[in-house]
Amino acid sequence: MKFSEQWLREWVNPDIDTQALVDQITMAGLEVDGFEMVAGSFSGVIVGEVTNVVPHPDADKLRVCQVAGGEEVVQVVCGAPNVREGLKVPFAVVGAVLPGNFKIKKAKLRGQPSQGMLCSESELGLSDSHEGLMELPADATVGQDLRTYLQLDDVTIDVDLTPNRSDCLSIRGIAREVGVLNSLPVEGPEIDAVAPVHSDLIDVAVTAPEACPRYLARILRNVDLSAQTPLWMQERLRRSGIRSIDPAVDVTNYVMLEQGQPLHAFDREELIGGIVVRLAEKGEKLVLLDGQEVELTPDTLVIADRQKPVAIAGVMGGEHSGVSENTRDLVLEAAYFEPIALAGKARHYGLHTDASHRFERGVDCQLPREAMERATQLLMDIVGGEPGNIVEVTSKSKLPLDRTIDLREQQVADVLGLEIDGNIVEEILTRLGLHIDKLLKDGWRVHVPSFRPDLAIEVDLIEEIGRIFGYNNLPVTEPVGSLGLRPQPEAIRPLTTVQNYFVARGYQEAVTYSFVDPKVQALLDPEHEGIPLANPISADLSVMRTTLWSGLVKTVAYNLNRQQPRVRLFETGLRFVQNGDVIDQQPMLAGVVAGPQVPENWANGRRDADFFDVKGELESLFQLLGVTVEYAPGIHPALHPGQTAELRIGGQSVGWLGALHPQVQKKLELNGTILMFELFLNSIVTGYVPNFKEISKFPEVRRDLAIIIGNETAFSDVERVVKQTAGEHLTSLRAFDVYEGESLGAGNRSLALSLFWQHPERTLNEEEVHALFDGVIAALKEELGATLRS
Amino acid sequence: MENLEQLVQGGLAAVEQADGLQALDQIRVDYLGKKGVLTQQLKSLGKLSPEERPAAGQKINDAKVQVQQAINARRDALEQAALDTKLASESIDVTLPGRGQDLGGLHPVTRTLQRIEQFFARAGYTVEQGPEIEDDYHNFEALNIPGHHPARAMHDTFYFNPGTLLRTHTSPVQIRTMEDGKPPFRMICPGRVYRCDSDMTHTPMFHQVEGLLVEKDVSFADLKSTVEEFLRVFFEKDLAVRFRPSYFPFTEPSAEVDIEWGREEDGSIKWLEVMGCGMVHPKVFEYCGIDPEEYRGFAFGLGVERLAMLRYGVNDLRMFFENDLRFLRQFR
Repeated sequence: MKFSEQWLREWVNPDIDTQALVDQITMAGLEVDGFEMVAGSFSGVIVGEVTNVVPHPDADKLRVCQVAGGEEVVQVVCGAPNVREGLKVPFAVVGAVLPGNFKIKKAKLRGQPSQGMLCSESELGLSDSHEGLMELPADATVGQDLRTYLQLDDVTIDVDLTPNRSDCLSIRGIAREVGVLNSLPVEGPEIDAVAPVHSDLIDVAVTAPEACPRYLARILRNVDLSAQTPLWMQERLRRSGIRSIDPAVDVTNYVMLEQGQPLHAFDREELIGGIVVRLAEKGEKLVLLDGQEVELTPDTLVIADRQKPVAIAGVMGGEHSGVSENTRDLVLEAAYFEPIALAGKARHYGLHTDASHRFERGVDCQLPREAMERATQLLMDIVGGEPGNIVEVTSKSKLPLDRTIDLREQQVADVLGLEIDGNIVEEILTRLGLHIDKLLKDGWRVHVPSFRPDLAIEVDLIEEIGRIFGYNNLPVTEPVGSLGLRPQPEAIRPLTTVQNYFVARGYQEAVTYSFVDPKVQALLDPEHEGIPLANPISADLSVMRTTLWSGLVKTVAYNLNRQQPRVRLFETGLRFVQNGDVIDQQPMLAGVVAGPQVPENWANGRRDADFFDVKGELESLFQLLGVTVEYAPGIHPALHPGQTAELRIGGQSVGWLGALHPQVQKKLELNGTILMFELFLNSIVTGYVPNFKEISKFPEVRRDLAIIIGNETAFSDVERVVKQTAGEHLTSLRAFDVYEGESLGAGNRSLALSLFWQHPERTLNEEEVHALFDGVIAALKEELGATLRS
Repeated sequence: MENLEQLVQGGLAAVEQADGLQALDQIRVDYLGKKGVLTQQLKSLGKLSPEERPAAGQKINDAKVQVQQAINARRDALEQAALDTKLASESIDVTLPGRGQDLGGLHPVTRTLQRIEQFFARAGYTVEQGPEIEDDYHNFEALNIPGHHPARAMHDTFYFNPGTLLRTHTSPVQIRTMEDGKPPFRMICPGRVYRCDSDMTHTPMFHQVEGLLVEKDVSFADLKSTVEEFLRVFFEKDLAVRFRPSYFPFTEPSAEVDIEWGREEDGSIKWLEVMGCGMVHPKVFEYCGIDPEEYRGFAFGLGVERLAMLRYGVNDLRMFFENDLRFLRQFR
């Protein structure tokens, strides 16, 4: 909310400067976003009067004017279309300095001397309006300094109120706070009931009392809406960020700003048969003040006449029923609408108005009559008219309950961590406008006024006490607690271990969005449909990732396109898969590798990473985590069919490793080999706790052999056969050479293996080893058709 | 015996001239070997009287030692020279870069999260995780933000359907942890959160850490110390910290926390908002089945990217999610 400091100080005037005032209310919880002067910095501008206007002899658009106000009447050349005889305008005399340090000097315009300048609002930094000269009221004192005349030494303060403080959406509310903070009385304008001069009443029926517990209307007959809103009111509205429209709208806005009660004015002639406050009927339409036609939903509270809706209650009036210059009789509305009934309604129609903002947050239910009287008085002052009686329809049982809260002194101390003197507590509450109904044995029974709907329970009062006492005046103490040690399973490796491992292996961690481009994801994971967002930011961030690859491949492309030829990335985070009614949210670990395996330099050469580089890195990771992973040739739609491994633990699939499928890669416009892996994080972080085994003192025996096998036979098959037949004392098996060549025959390859045996308690003898070795060779021949390579 | 002296001189001269280990060994054989000229001299002892023999023998032995020492010295010198030559030939340019892998790095968000987690872990807080696709109940309702609440407008929420959404904060993890456990609690809930907002200063996804402490006896004063200490430890600076009344539906009293961040032109402290906090609202306890008359709690929440930006001087929030390697590498 924006307001004028001057206006506030009419209600309460603490002896502190603007900065201190702003700091004070910020620290009371009404956060000031900023403040600015209500006008540009200028001097030498006075109220001038145009006494004579003649066309410029040599320029069509210019006029030569005589302007009074200064020491003598001077000639000024002016191009504004609204310049005319008798007009009072801001007049920058010779020697004046306008905003931007623009100095006014004697000049000649197309040959005609010009002494000074007539100003528009924008030239004075009052608004952005370029619509000709600023027109001052006819009763303005000619010659008076404009800053004095308009009281321009004022600032607009912009306070960003939290949604609970609807009571501060008015000068009255802010003044009340400032009064509390400075222990000063707060005084607003006197509001008296206006005496009715006729008995003409508007018929009001409320059929939705839950949503509208209170509705007031009054007829004001024979008004003259061609009258001008007084400049002081226009100025206050302007300084509060509201444009002047016409006297009726201006007054309702003014009273809303001053008192916090939104009001509305209807043209009585447009209300057929009176007012009905009801819920909209399906299919009803209404053209709003802003010109847009909306179709009303049945949960919308409307103000209607006997035939049609004329306003969305508490949000915006209709175009047709609004007041105009021709309105003779107007109907003024002041109501209390239930916040819950109005919540979200404005937004539903794409609207946010000053009225809806206040009603949604809660307006004082006792305020409508007072505000109505204030508005009536102001209207009569400006547009005349004859007031009637106020028609009020109130459903007392639907109004917010009158609330009392019991406040325990001990609870204040326990929550705030400080025993605050009871007298101070009472004083703070009283200054806030709360009433202490009764002293209790352990505290107070506090009555909450209707303007503080946010205060509902004891702790709300404690916050008020803390807030006014000052949070920064409360002590600072260390929390005490009884905390036992917590279990910390050694077998489960922390995520940091995984992250730090990849960092040491040259991977950079990425954090990509959880919502991705469905087109990219369809290439990488066609089997899962990404869960779509109902209101995505953009089409390329519109579905939840089912694989972390969706974000990572885009990151690879982003970096490859920025002269980063070597990209190694990993990411951990959730992926989201719809599984019937359940959404599976699994933590994943994924990586992508593109470009050289090691940074290119004199010693490393330049060799692109391949499958086995990344596999080796994963193997080390699994050793670090203490898990045994098997690799099976697999088929994955995103991966190269000949370079894909499905990773399994105990037969369960835990992830994939492979090269990006060349076709997918082409569609993603990526060059070079790209290796990728993705694993279920929870499946790989549970390892084991070490369990010591005796170290054998006896020598290890090594035997090497080279076999020729078919290409379709996997090393894992060879490994399986060897382990099955080599006996319990085989300690390790190593493939030390893999060779394919014409000499072996098409479709064959040679595999050189080393087998190691060791007995824990004795030296293995030659015969034993020989027998085992022969057994292995025989089994390889038998089961895999392997031949010994000579 | 002049002969002996001549032999020694001849031997020493030969040693001096030997230009290799092989030549030196030959000299040893020639002089000191079984048939070497000095060894042969011992045979002449037989011609001497028994009284003369010891002295003559001693002389011959002295001569042998003298030559042997010369040979040893020469051998050492030759070996050293050979080693020097070898070492010289093996020298490398140690200023060339090493072979192998470059180091990667953690994302600055992770780096910041890890620091925050460490601080709180030391103070006995557990780290709790939860789902990112949440239901309305845990994200709003149980945090005292009912459907009509204007505070919902403060959360620009991504929805899947009216009851399912992307969590707008990590507070629902606190709700879930309280539902599943028994007080007291000390926990922090780090993680990704989502708001439907994207411009210069907002990304639709960012990270939060929310903390919660529930004890029988805990006050706003305890909250103040926790927040102040955390901020001073995080920034490694004795910063001024202030608490400004604010509003969150799930805490009461509520505060926003400002830290000292430089000075204004007039010398006054420039304040920067960094965190929100407050005492847990009794309604939140009620939703979690905890008696608010028995327990009190405080909660705090912070934006990880915001703290990382301040800590490392990053000036554009969006960079965190572009994952430009030239950006990421600066945080290793």
